[in-house]
Amino acid sequence: MGDLFQLSDLSLTYPNGTRALDGVDLSVAEGEFVSLLGPSGCGKSTILRLVAGLMEPTGGGLKWLRPVARGDIGFVFQEPTLMPWARIIDNVRLPLDLAGVPKGEGNDRAADGLTHVGLGDFQKAFPAELSGGMKMRASLARALVTNPRLLLLDEPFAALDEITRLKLNDDLLSLWEAQRFTALFVTHSVFESVYLSSRIAIIGPRPGRVAAEMSVPLPFPRDLSVRTGTDYGAICREVSDRLHAAMGVVA
Amino acid sequence: MNGVWARRLLPPLVGLLFLLGWETAVSAWDIPPFVLPPPSAVAQALWNDAPLLLQSSWITLTITVQAFLLALTSGVTLAVLFKQSRALEAALYPYAVILQVTPIVAIAPLVVIWVGYERVNLALLVLAWIVAFFPVLSNSTAGLAAVDPNLRDLFRLYGASRWQMLWRLQLPSALPYILAGAKISGGLALIGAVVAEFVAGSGTATGLAWRVIEAGNRLNMPRLFAALVLLSLLGILIFALLTWVQRLLLRRWHPGGGE
Repeated sequence: MGDLFQLSDLSLTYPNGTRALDGVDLSVAEGEFVSLLGPSGCGKSTILRLVAGLMEPTGGGLKWLRPVARGDIGFVFQEPTLMPWARIIDNVRLPLDLAGVPKGEGNDRAADGLTHVGLGDFQKAFPAELSGGMKMRASLARALVTNPRLLLLDEPFAALDEITRLKLNDDLLSLWEAQRFTALFVTHSVFESVYLSSRIAIIGPRPGRVAAEMSVPLPFPRDLSVRTGTDYGAICREVSDRLHAAMGVVA
Repeated sequence: MNGVWARRLLPPLVGLLFLLGWETAVSAWDIPPFVLPPPSAVAQALWNDAPLLLQSSWITLTITVQAFLLALTSGVTLAVLFKQSRALEAALYPYAVILQVTPIVAIAPLVVIWVGYERVNLALLVLAWIVAFFPVLSNSTAGLAAVDPNLRDLFRLYGASRWQMLWRLQLPSALPYILAGAKISGGLALIGAVVAEFVAGSGTATGLAWRVIEAGNRLNMPRLFAALVLLSLLGILIFALLTWVQRLLLRRWHPGGGE
């Protein structure tokens, strides 16, 4: 499949002179699962925000090779970012409401999305009544309710406990395989990036740029057996070495 | 005795003991009623003067409620306008502060003269509104600014219009702040109505505050106390009602359930 978008020499310098990104080059093909892996503060979240159009780059460009309209990009934040005053179903329906989709149709689609993330029974609950993992599922359902072409995820599971995180990794992968969106996933976990991605871009420390790119030659669908396989360990080791090299530290 | 019962039972118990002590002290030391009437005399005044006092309560309550509603709508509206235009906020906010910090007692005679003694209730309304307005404005302004930045980005990502931003994001985010402001403002509206009546005090206004002044002038202490009791009750009523509304609107989603 062809590229969905290309970043070329993408740079961002803040008004105070801080250079957040310096010449990011990256192409993402349709249907890929690409992880941006790097240390905290390297600017990987900034790349997501630029792709989402929430910020403007100060240099270089972002080129879309497929038309993207409103609702073609979904965003999952580090926090669940749900409206605390609204029920889960209303939260998930929000992108459709904002686009003027009739409420009845919106409710059907939101309910459908909630079922896919295993929250079918919690439509009427308020966010405060759900656990952290459930809130993140709702956030995922909201990002997918518009059937986006591209899903941007900004360390979405970093604040969750290990068991919940592994479960959500698997759920995200099944959603990705079922719905065939393109995913750009920001993480600082080597293991998570290898398990999820078809390709990993390692971002060096600030000012951020792509220090290395590598494909993950593990077949999909992936499950627990992948995590315990020898290939997985070897790839993690290699990614880890390259990450350390990018950070200027000997592994 | 567990905590819940202590909280339910102790306040009325303390009140009852206090009234008993008061009644006993007045008769034991032979305190003249124009210095301190016994609670029984106050109760009697409440009963005997009920038509007069209830009519005055109604006047005070009407002015208070009108001033409160006016303060609520104008405060929230102005805060929303401020949110839409920084320039407007910069231009007007200082004057709202000036209006707030200038003692109401000092402005009152002026307002009464301008509005006119023949429309003294309108003057009272204006004064009570001035007192009640600021907490709503400042709390709403703070609330509208306290939007989760990620949620704001989410709305932007989905191309939300200004109206959708305001109606679906900023106002709900601000609701706990607005309600907290309203609670302060409700009490202040009553204080404003009373203070205004004291200052206007020509006998043209016949709310509870006037009954206090009048009874004081005539050394009719039981009636004075009866009017005070009714003023307290009005204050409690307003506070309880606003607390109830706050809890009703926030309990499902706001930490603390709107306490």
